[in-house]
Amino acid sequence: MDLLSNKWIVYLALCLFIAGISCNSVENKIYVKLNYTVPCVRLLNSTHQIGCQSSLSGDVGVLHVLESEENLDFVLRSGHNPPYMVIMESSLFTRPVMMKLKNGSSRVAGVAVVEPSANPPGGFSPHTRCPNENTGVYSENYGPGLAHCNTTKWNPFGNGLSYEEFDFPIFSMKDDNDTQLIRQCYMDHNRPVNGSDPQYPLCAMQLSSHMSAVTNTPTCMRRNSISFSMNMVCDPLSDYNIWAPSKPLNVSQNGHKANESVIIVSARLDSRSFFSEIGPGAESAASGLVTLLAAAHALRNATQDAQLDRTILYTFFHGETFDYIGSSKMVYDMEKNQFPIDLDNVHSVLEIGQVGLHSSSNLWLHTDPVSMRNSSVQEEVKNLITNLKSAAAGLNVSVKEPGVTQPLPPSSFQRFLRARPFPGVVIEDYNSSFSNKYFQSMFDNADSLNVLYPPNLTPEEQLNHVTDTAKSLAEVATMVARVLFLQAGGEKTQINSINADELMVSRMLYSFLISSNNSWTQEIISLKDIVHLNNNTVNFYISVEQQASLPTILVKYLLANLTGTAINVTQENCKKESEDNKETKHLYTYFWVQGAAPPNSTERDGFCVRSTVQWSRAISPAFALENYTTSEYSTWTESRWKEIKGRIFLVASHDLEMLTLGVGIGVLLSSLLLTYIMSSKADILFSSGREPTSATY
Amino acid sequence: MTAAVFFGCTFIAFGPAVSLFLFTIAREPLRVIFLIAGAFFWLVSLLLASLVWFISVQISNKESASQQKGLLIFGVVLSVLLQETFRFAYYKLLKKANEGLLALSQEETMPISIRQLAYVSGLGFGFMSGAFSVVNILADSVGPGTVGIHGDSQHYFLSSAFMTMAIILLHMFWGIIFFDGCEKQRWLAVAAVVATHLLVSSLTFQNPQYVSSLVPTYIVMFFMGIWAFYTAGGSLRNLKLCLTCKDKDFLLANHRPR
Repeated sequence: MDLLSNKWIVYLALCLFIAGISCNSVENKIYVKLNYTVPCVRLLNSTHQIGCQSSLSGDVGVLHVLESEENLDFVLRSGHNPPYMVIMESSLFTRPVMMKLKNGSSRVAGVAVVEPSANPPGGFSPHTRCPNENTGVYSENYGPGLAHCNTTKWNPFGNGLSYEEFDFPIFSMKDDNDTQLIRQCYMDHNRPVNGSDPQYPLCAMQLSSHMSAVTNTPTCMRRNSISFSMNMVCDPLSDYNIWAPSKPLNVSQNGHKANESVIIVSARLDSRSFFSEIGPGAESAASGLVTLLAAAHALRNATQDAQLDRTILYTFFHGETFDYIGSSKMVYDMEKNQFPIDLDNVHSVLEIGQVGLHSSSNLWLHTDPVSMRNSSVQEEVKNLITNLKSAAAGLNVSVKEPGVTQPLPPSSFQRFLRARPFPGVVIEDYNSSFSNKYFQSMFDNADSLNVLYPPNLTPEEQLNHVTDTAKSLAEVATMVARVLFLQAGGEKTQINSINADELMVSRMLYSFLISSNNSWTQEIISLKDIVHLNNNTVNFYISVEQQASLPTILVKYLLANLTGTAINVTQENCKKESEDNKETKHLYTYFWVQGAAPPNSTERDGFCVRSTVQWSRAISPAFALENYTTSEYSTWTESRWKEIKGRIFLVASHDLEMLTLGVGIGVLLSSLLLTYIMSSKADILFSSGREPTSATY
Repeated sequence: MTAAVFFGCTFIAFGPAVSLFLFTIAREPLRVIFLIAGAFFWLVSLLLASLVWFISVQISNKESASQQKGLLIFGVVLSVLLQETFRFAYYKLLKKANEGLLALSQEETMPISIRQLAYVSGLGFGFMSGAFSVVNILADSVGPGTVGIHGDSQHYFLSSAFMTMAIILLHMFWGIIFFDGCEKQRWLAVAAVVATHLLVSSLTFQNPQYVSSLVPTYIVMFFMGIWAFYTAGGSLRNLKLCLTCKDKDFLLANHRPR
């Protein structure tokens, strides 16, 4: 048996070896996998589910390239081979077309939208017309005539597609080789010739994006609790808020801080689009946060040199797109004394909204008319506006107030107003409706913000080129920095020395909108977080990860480097300071960042950055309270899924398949019959008298 | 292509083999054992052939298509020769085993004749060969797609199934003829088996022109079938007897104690 067992071992080893190397060539004959598959996923809130769903193993449909809205008739009524997988250019991705497809969804297996190379000129926004209308401050009890966008529709381009529910998968595809293959396959096999139906085999596509969660958040949280972490079906949307006080605060002591008057200046950190992994958010997120970062940088020296009465708290809220996740959490923490300051410490709020598209350099200062009925609040707000106007003097921006009584635009400040009437102003580049034609869509990118570079520049040159948008944002940042200085009690005579750095603004815009992996970001980031950098535009979607996402990490390091100081300690001591030093560990955070490599060397010169940057979890208080039906807080969750994939192949007609089955059954039955007959007659058939009679058959 | 095609092709490929197994082999444990041993011998021959082919591919120039094609032809020929070698080795083993079994058993006569062994071992070779030919393809036929997006013929599954059915039956016929030739020292029969095996394997190089590979294969199978029928002891007279006295002997055959 030794020889045999040796054989088995060799055989087994070889088998595993070969199996590891070879790929399945039959599968390659049949399927072509799609490389770039970006689905729309399912999101749930306390009452609804939105987004797209596919069947468990994927939806298969015959390909049809949609030529026009009239061509929809073929898909929905006249085509003879339903269900169809519709491929469309993004110019046809409009509400009427998608609603018709949704209503005829028994004949629609899925939709694939091809990303265009340029933004659609007419604007496109899949968000609602009145963003966050139920979780802002305006309601029947507070400014009833102003609630639900009665006076003005903030997002006039909004078609609400992101908030519809589709029961077929919708994927986004780039215009690359795979899409060319799909179009070619359609031309070869599916195109009707002279009005007659195309013959089988037809080209088909299968899209898989099965979402585990259903119905709404209470249902999916209940199902989560059944099976612990084995088979969770959904996760709450969460990330981190980043904040930094202009002078150190003891973060280990939560609750009211005596003699602290804090001015909160905030921007939002997130955006979204119809598809899950795309969220360029140039105007809706990047413009505001870059301006705030530049303002913080401009104020660094001024706040350290001068003794200011009030502390400025630079705050970046995450998840504002989904019913103010970050700001509602921070306000909740402040109310429950779980934050280093509380609401009594807050003096006023200044918010930087969408500021990238100000035409003719006009900026609009929005205020809340209801809280302004209180005379002390009104006085503070007027003071703030006066300071803003004097801060803008001498700069290339002019600030105006909208002359009519209208509510605040969707902004984090509304959550603070829900707690108590604070004085505050929201700076936007529009008066009564967004100037952003692509709000929360995949087209809100560098092009829509006019971040344009001259052709033929290397990435390094682009990084150091100051774009016009950067210049205008730097003006806004200068104004914001100056007004903060004035609000905090600084001397008016000193404000002219406060200026934002244009090159810094341009580099930040480049890092968020063009490529986050560049030489500048590599210098200011720690080694352990380098892996998050990539060569694409940053995705601002909040997502559900437990760790921070790329925009949060970038903002954290940028804020640390721009408001902090480099201190002269070694790497081990830098780590120790953040862990051991009793005096400073509650006031400062320390990062060891990579730094630049000196010329003629590849070793980077790292250094330790000490700053007051902190981060706190941005998850809706509804999940801490475990009240998933509440209408007070955001209840958004994202469904989990097993796999997202797509592939194309040919399908044969149903008749041919049945024929094959029929032939198979026929062969089986006839061979059974024949064998039975032959074996029962075997002794007659095979008896040549050679065998003795007792031979067994 | 979906479950319908999967089952259809499985039935086509393995229908005759399974029915043969059910009605003639399943009841006799000794036959089952020799069937499985025969399958194992085929498997070992495939292992050796694939080992040689794998090594030769690794050391060859992977870019040159003509060299790869040449290596494939070499691999096929080598595999056929090795299969027939192992068939001969199995024959030798069975002869020795038969003597041993005779010594062990209490009866005077051999429990299983060499003719039955020929049939059983041929079928064993066929089963294993068929499984390796077609199971991979059947697994992919379950999915929603059919072959053709890169321009291949869409009759891939069906023709693979028919080819496999032919190969299984051919292995069975070859087994009978081969063993009989070895038994009676008729080396011409043995050479004919090897030659037709090489012929059928080479015919598959005609794919994807499935007609030109399937039709000659079935013709060869038909003739091999007739030859095996005669070798196994059948004759035209027996066939006529069988067909004419169907009623009487059919009933009697089932009642005679065996």
